[in-house]
Amino acid sequence: MIKVSGLTKDYGARRAIHNLSFDAQQGEIVGFLGPNGAGKTTTMRILTGYMPPSDGEAIVAGYDVVEESLEVRKRVGYLPETVPLYQDMVVFDYLKFMGDLRHIPNVDSRVNEVLDMVGLLNRADGYIGNLSKGMKQRVGLAQALLHRPEVLILDEPTIGLDPGQVVEVRQLIRDIGRERTVLLSTHLLYEAQNLCDRVLIINKGKIVAEDTTENLQARLIGAERVIVRVRGEADELADTIKQVKGVRKVETQDDGAVEFEFASGKDLRPEVAKQVIKDGYDLLELRPLGMSLEDIFLELTGNEAKKK
Amino acid sequence: MRNIWTIAKREYDNYFNSPLAYVVALAILLPLGIYFALIMWVSAEQAFYGGGAPESTAITWLFVFLMVFLSPALTMRLLSDEARMGTLELMLTAPVRDFELVTGKWLGAMMFILSVALVTLIYPIIMNNFVSPGIDWKLVISSYIGLILVCSAMLALGVGISAIFTNQFAAFFVTLGLFFFLWFMIGLPANLLPTGGDVLNYLSLSTHFSQNMNNGSMTLGGIAYYLSLTALGLFTGTTAIEIRRWR
Repeated sequence: MIKVSGLTKDYGARRAIHNLSFDAQQGEIVGFLGPNGAGKTTTMRILTGYMPPSDGEAIVAGYDVVEESLEVRKRVGYLPETVPLYQDMVVFDYLKFMGDLRHIPNVDSRVNEVLDMVGLLNRADGYIGNLSKGMKQRVGLAQALLHRPEVLILDEPTIGLDPGQVVEVRQLIRDIGRERTVLLSTHLLYEAQNLCDRVLIINKGKIVAEDTTENLQARLIGAERVIVRVRGEADELADTIKQVKGVRKVETQDDGAVEFEFASGKDLRPEVAKQVIKDGYDLLELRPLGMSLEDIFLELTGNEAKKK
Repeated sequence: MRNIWTIAKREYDNYFNSPLAYVVALAILLPLGIYFALIMWVSAEQAFYGGGAPESTAITWLFVFLMVFLSPALTMRLLSDEARMGTLELMLTAPVRDFELVTGKWLGAMMFILSVALVTLIYPIIMNNFVSPGIDWKLVISSYIGLILVCSAMLALGVGISAIFTNQFAAFFVTLGLFFFLWFMIGLPANLLPTGGDVLNYLSLSTHFSQNMNNGSMTLGGIAYYLSLTALGLFTGTTAIEIRRWR
């Protein structure tokens, strides 16, 4: 559905993306992870026909983004990062206008349908300028879904939403991702983790890693880190945990909790729990610590990032 | 074509949301109303001494003259604001050709001005009731066709300039400067030059309207001139949008 090869974009002397190649299949949700200025938005703008690449080729929904830009734009739903909207328009009128531009039949009922999907039916008559940031975000999403696009490109779709809405929007994206192709950018690893089938990590205009989130984590750290917390004084908790075979890097935190690691693939948590209880502690918490995007970044970008 | 209409319709509706458009309409209709009352009054006085009938063309001339200063206000934000607000990204990723976007904006502005012009038709109708044996309707038609052509050229140039700028006031002043130059200044040296004065007169925004169309003579040269300017404005706008894409 999306096939990108050798994509390069220069803004004057600055190279925003460099020789990018990836693809995304139908029914796949692909996450685009990267820090600000990595080239996520630039890539998305090229894929949506907003601007042409300096070099390379991108095929979206079977059409070339430069040669057959209009055909691509007909088949792509796009939520830009800045969520541009006509502030002085009524929500319903705005969506109807965008629907008319896409020649959607029975546009009124489709607009209501989409408004229902994003939970904004009760604000259909309100001015966009009066909506909260999260609501505007959902209007933008409704606009992207309006024409049932084959490919959905979402630039930071959950930013600015409150936690309840984030869950709803993620579910919506998941549902759409079953049949269509979704490319979304985010800088939240857990979002990529529970939403995306595959993740592309991009830094300074280049793809530095491409895999499923699980594999990426495992490959990068090769170990899982766990935190243990018990009731009351726990001065010797670290020693207790060290007795378990295979446990590494045991560290006591300031608040008395203890962190340790074990090689991934061999879960040592049951053994640790038994040992802790055997030594007479009241076990309160035994929780795996996920690796944050920052950590992955430090790993992937190596020395350069560590210097900062 | 359908996209042009969709965009024009939104833009037309949008004018009625903006105080600026009401100000522009008022700034045209109020002076026209006062001017009309004055010429009717003066003609009535003069008729006593055997003076001529009032001229309907005085109204269309004032309308077009006011447009030199007011039309930049109608076009200044049409595309510059889309660029500033980021909504241009929506338009440029929708299945709409760049020229459809630009032409739609121009058509929306045209529809607004045509609505205002429609209101002013009341003056020749009133005048017709006071003048015996009635006014020259062929002249009225000729001057209104002229008015539409001049407005078309002005609004297209304004839209074209609006596409170049991100700041609407920059677009306003550049458009105003251009119209000022084309209306008042370009024809000035015509009488001083030994040859080529005709060319300068031809290029003036006012000549074809003020001297020909508003006097009942539709000239091919005049029609071609205003239509060329319209095309030039829309072409400038389309090109400016395309350049924005490549930047």
